[in-house]
Parts: sequence; structure tokens; C-alpha cells
Amino acid sequence: MLLTGAEIVVQCLQRENVKYVFGYPGGAVLHIYDAFFQQDEIRHVLVRHEQAAVHAADGYARASGEVGVALVTSGPGATNAVTGIATAYCDSIPVVILSGQVPTAMIGQDAFQEVDTVGITRPCVKHNFLVKDVVELADTLKKAFHIARTGRPGPVLVDIPKDVSAAKCEFRYPETVSMRSYNPVVKGHQGQIRKAIKALREAERPILYAGGGVILADAADELTALARRLGAPVTTTLMALGAYPASDRQFLGMPGMHGTYEANLALHHADVVLSIGARFDDRVIGSPEHFASEPRTIIHIDIDPSSIGKRVKADLPIVGDVRHVLADFLRILDEEGVTAPSEALAPWWERIEQWRARRCLAYEQPAEGPIKPQYVIETLWKVTKGDAIVTSDVGQHQMWAAQYYRFDHPRRWLNSGGLGTMGVGLPYAMGARFARPDAPVVCVTGEASIQMCIQELSTCKQFRLPLKIVNLNNGYLGMVRQWQQLFHGGRYSESYMDSLPDFAALARAYGHVGIRVDRPADLQPALERAFSEHANELVFLDVRIDPRENVYPMIQGGKGLTEMILSADSL
Amino acid sequence: MRHLISVLIENESGALSRVAGLFSARGYNIESLTVAPTEDPSLSRMTIITTGSDDVIEQITKHLNKLIETVKVVDLSEAPHLERELMLLKVRATGKDREEMKRMADIFRARIVDVTDTTYVIELTGNQGKLDAFIQAIDPALILETVRSGVCGIGRGERVLRV
Repeated sequence: MLLTGAEIVVQCLQRENVKYVFGYPGGAVLHIYDAFFQQDEIRHVLVRHEQAAVHAADGYARASGEVGVALVTSGPGATNAVTGIATAYCDSIPVVILSGQVPTAMIGQDAFQEVDTVGITRPCVKHNFLVKDVVELADTLKKAFHIARTGRPGPVLVDIPKDVSAAKCEFRYPETVSMRSYNPVVKGHQGQIRKAIKALREAERPILYAGGGVILADAADELTALARRLGAPVTTTLMALGAYPASDRQFLGMPGMHGTYEANLALHHADVVLSIGARFDDRVIGSPEHFASEPRTIIHIDIDPSSIGKRVKADLPIVGDVRHVLADFLRILDEEGVTAPSEALAPWWERIEQWRARRCLAYEQPAEGPIKPQYVIETLWKVTKGDAIVTSDVGQHQMWAAQYYRFDHPRRWLNSGGLGTMGVGLPYAMGARFARPDAPVVCVTGEASIQMCIQELSTCKQFRLPLKIVNLNNGYLGMVRQWQQLFHGGRYSESYMDSLPDFAALARAYGHVGIRVDRPADLQPALERAFSEHANELVFLDVRIDPRENVYPMIQGGKGLTEMILSADSL
Repeated sequence: MRHLISVLIENESGALSRVAGLFSARGYNIESLTVAPTEDPSLSRMTIITTGSDDVIEQITKHLNKLIETVKVVDLSEAPHLERELMLLKVRATGKDREEMKRMADIFRARIVDVTDTTYVIELTGNQGKLDAFIQAIDPALILETVRSGVCGIGRGERVLRV
């Protein structure tokens, strides 16, 4: 049967079991939108800005583990999508972006709404395609989904000129993909794995350092089983919160710039570091030279060979899918009869408990106020029983959410760790709600970040998304203000935001529930009402927090893991 | 350290810019880059001359491999190999310089492939050093144009880079 390119797009998405497409129409994608209109298997979610389309697709992917799909038009549609694409790329999130393009005959003529989308997005996609002939469309889309979800996942963009979406050809969706140039390694090298196990069993001070790869590979169960078997402490990066239960004794918290005292010191003083799907990012280890000052064995498991040896030298590199590799670890430990943790780690745990006894995340909430942001997150954790999907934007509120909401399960914590994109929080929450319509979804944000995608309150109304937005409002670009206070002599250059809207009233203007919270005593009742009385509505809680509160512990950029500032008192 | 890296890559539009973009985005050096289709027209072969520490070269080869269209990557400079570059040189050839230029071309086993009353075009093939030496050996005032192809490389003996 002959189908148009637009109909082929719809058919391909259906074959890939796509349930939602987040998008925004325009001239170059009119044929595709027309084809969407004539089917009802795939639901289109009309966002209010293309950046949010990609963020929502990205949030959907993070929450569900499936490939997220966004659809934008040519020119400004595509350029607006770029921030979303780069955000997904930095965190290795599988997203397929379909962009319209001017007709092939007009490419290169500076046509209306023409940009070189493939050229602009090249450095921030896993791969991209320009489809010049409708006969290539189905194969290309099949490849796009395959590339996005396999290996180290990432965004793949398919640019479709308008005449290609109008042209007809015989439709046949390939069952399988075979690419001689793309065959990601899945299984780790068995010899290396055995060496790694030997090193771990002989270690006096081992640590498991897990990154976003554990979430992406759905390897949380394997990680937990391995940690319990070895009895070793676990630290998970910002991207991996929830990959190991935060309520467990072996969990030390997050390492890095705003990591816990015990996680940073344990990572620094460990004699064997098992890095699992993590990449020794600058926000995690600070200076590689300082990190390398302690002699130790580094075992580095990653599906992407270029992540290994990039920042620190790995003694035992293992290339492979984290879940497969960890399953091999467990199988070999079975074979070797290792069923219980070694008693030999007792002295290591004694040291760790001393570090933990510093209670680096302790804070005080004065009864009369001001409201402390840490208290907001802890109360949120209590009210949601620690079981919500929490999205965040970027800044102080992101770090407080990461530190104080104790995630016990994977895919509950969605944030832009790599690119650090303000504005992701609300669209991530939208995507998460579509992925998990049964789950409570909370967006923890700040008054600056939320304004970067606030137009999506309109989308939330249209699709009746009962999200809960917790706005930690301190009137400042808080993280910028913190750095200016600590490292720029208190010169608060452009970090104070004047003339903020009345957020509660703004939320009401969009048709939602808006509540302003000024006093500590009002916080828990307001949160409880949001999840009971207003369970089926979007509730915007504008929480006025202490404008001078800083995020601690903190390691200054470029310093080492042992150089932590623990509180304002230690400055 | 100077390295000569050979890449087999799908012969698709955009493949070259992915490679060039990778080098510029990550701050790696490209001294020369040549690319042309192989006997299989769906495949291109690139030869890249680059410099960097061992760590940098390791990252370069890993990132080249990571490109979706890359089929194979080999650092040819790790083992015996041949390097060749083609140079076309247009020189002033009048009076006594005409005979001198002919003699120099003979000494370097170059060929004169275009002749006018006043100019020669000289074709010379060899490794980079030989081409440099020829330029050194003749009077710079006589050089009108220099065109170099960049280096092509191939492993010696049974060492074969193919799909």
C-alpha cells in the first residue's frame, strides 16, 4: 500500500509502541500533523514552547525507561528544541526528535524558517539524519529508535523535509536493524570481571560508586544485591539517586561538590573504587590531580569506552552494559561461594561511622521562621512517604532536593545533571506524569528556574496534570548568590530578582490551585492539602524560604574531596 | 607525539563534518586529513595526522570509534606503515632557472606535468619529509603555488584495514 511520508511517520511510531508525542505544529510539519489527526493510537501533547516538548519527552524517557518522542517544525521550532536536545545528550537519555525541514528543493536557499538543523544539532545528538527521499524514511526511523535506546543511550534527530512527508511510497517497516558501523558492546570481558572481583575481595576499604548508567541500564537490583553481598559502602551520584535505597545503612549519600562528608571522605580514602556507570565528573571528584593523590585501584565499568580514562586513569576498565556486567559479578561471586559480606571491613565501617557522626546535613528549623528549604524537602518526603517522582530544576533547590529527599527507588528523581538546564523541572514533571499516571509527581523548583518554562502551566491545564509544584522562593538566583557570597566578596551582581510575580495568583490565572506559604507551621498542612483535597488538581505551592540559606557541604570548584566546607560556621 | 590514524567510515553526507566537528569540539589537533571513497563506494577511508599525548590519542581513537558511522579505526603509526603525500608545485621556469628546476625535479624523482614558456607544474609524491625537503631545496622566490593532498597511509605487509 502506498503511504505518504507523514503516514509512514505515524505508522513507524506505532510500530515502536510510542504512546505520546510531545510537540508543536508549524508549516514544515503540517503533513505530519494531518496524519496524526487521522489516527487515535498515539496521543499528541501540545506544549507551549518547543524546548518543553523535548524536555517533556526526555522526562517521559527518564521516568519510564522508554524512548521519548518530540516533534517540532523547521527553523525556530528546531532551534528552540536545541536546549532540550543538549540536556538529554548530556545525561544520555533516549529521545527521538522529529523536526520538519523546508522542501528538499529549497534547502540551502535561505528559505522561510530554514536552518541547518542537522548541522546545528550535530554536536549535541548521539546521531542525526536528514531524510532526502521518502523511500529511506521507514529505515531511518527504525535506526533512530535503535540508536537512541541501545549502547549509551542518547537523543537522535530525524530531519524530514516537507516534500518528503508529502511524497508517497510503499511502506514496509524493517523488523530488525543491522548496522556494520554500530554494534555496542553489551557483555563485559570475563577476565577483567574476575580480576575486579579479586581486587574487591582483597580490598580493605572498598566503595561502590554508582552513576546514572545504573539507572539507564535498569541495574538497581543488581547493584543492591552486589553491595549487600560485598558489605561495601555505596555512594550514588546525583544522576543515580534511587539506584540504591537511601534508607539503607550501606548508603553514604551523594558524593561531590554538595555531597555528604562521609561519601566524599570514603571515596577519597577507599583502596578499591568500583565505578559503575559513572564518569568521575568535575562536580563529583573536583580536581583529578587531588583525587589521584591517594593510591588506589579504580575499576571502571562503562558502556562507553570514551568515558573510561577520560578524567582519571582506570586500573581495570570493563566495557559493557552495567546490568550484564553486574549480573556476571553476582554469578562469579556465587561460583566462588561468596554469600555474605566480609568481616574484614569492620575497621573501614568504623571510620565511615565516625565521618557519618558529623551529621553534615543537620540543620535547625526555627519555629517562628524563616522556613528552611531543607525542612520543606524533609516535610515533602514525609507527606509523600518518600514515594513520589520528584523533578527539579537547577540550583540550590536541586541540591536540597537531592540531599534531603531520600530516594529508595530508581527513576523517581529526574533532573538535569550534566547540562544543568534551568527550566526542565515542569516539563520533566509533565513527561513523568504521562509515563506514570498513577504516581504522585512533584516539581521542586525555584522562582528563577520555574520562570524559564512557566508557560507549560497552560499545557498542564489542557491535559489535567495534577502535578505539585513546590517553589522554594528566596528571591535570589540562590546558587549564584551563594558563589558570590563565598568567592566574589559578597558582590551580588544580578543575582537578586526584583518584580517577581505573585506565583499563587499566576497559577490561579492558568486555572490551577495556588497557595502561598510563609510560616513553618503552615507548610505541612499545605502539602497535605495538595495531595488530598486537591489531589486531582495542579497545586502551585509558593514557599517563602530563608533567602540567606546556603547549600552545605560544599567543595569549591577545582578543589579536592577532602576540602569540604561543612557549614557557614566553618568559613 | 605525531600519530597517523586511519578511519573506515560510511560514505554518507555529513560524515566528514562529524569527524571535523569532533576534533574542534574537543580541542584536538588535525595536522592533515584526507578522505575519499574506497573500492567499495559505500565506504570512505580517512587518514588523519594528529598530535597529542598518549591519553589524548586514546580519547581521539575512542571518540572516532564512537561516531555511529565509523566502521573501523586504526592507529597506523603503532606499527610499520607507509605514508604518501602528493604535491603539485607551480614554479617560475625561465632562463637558467628552467634547466635548474628540471635537474632538481630529476634528483627528487618528481615529474614535470605541465610546461609553458614561463612555468612548470611539478608533481612529487613521497612522505611529508621528502616534500618538505624539495621545497627547501629550490629557490622560494620561484614558487608560484603549492598544493598538497595531505597524507595517505597504509599498513605494511599482512596488516589490512577493511570491513
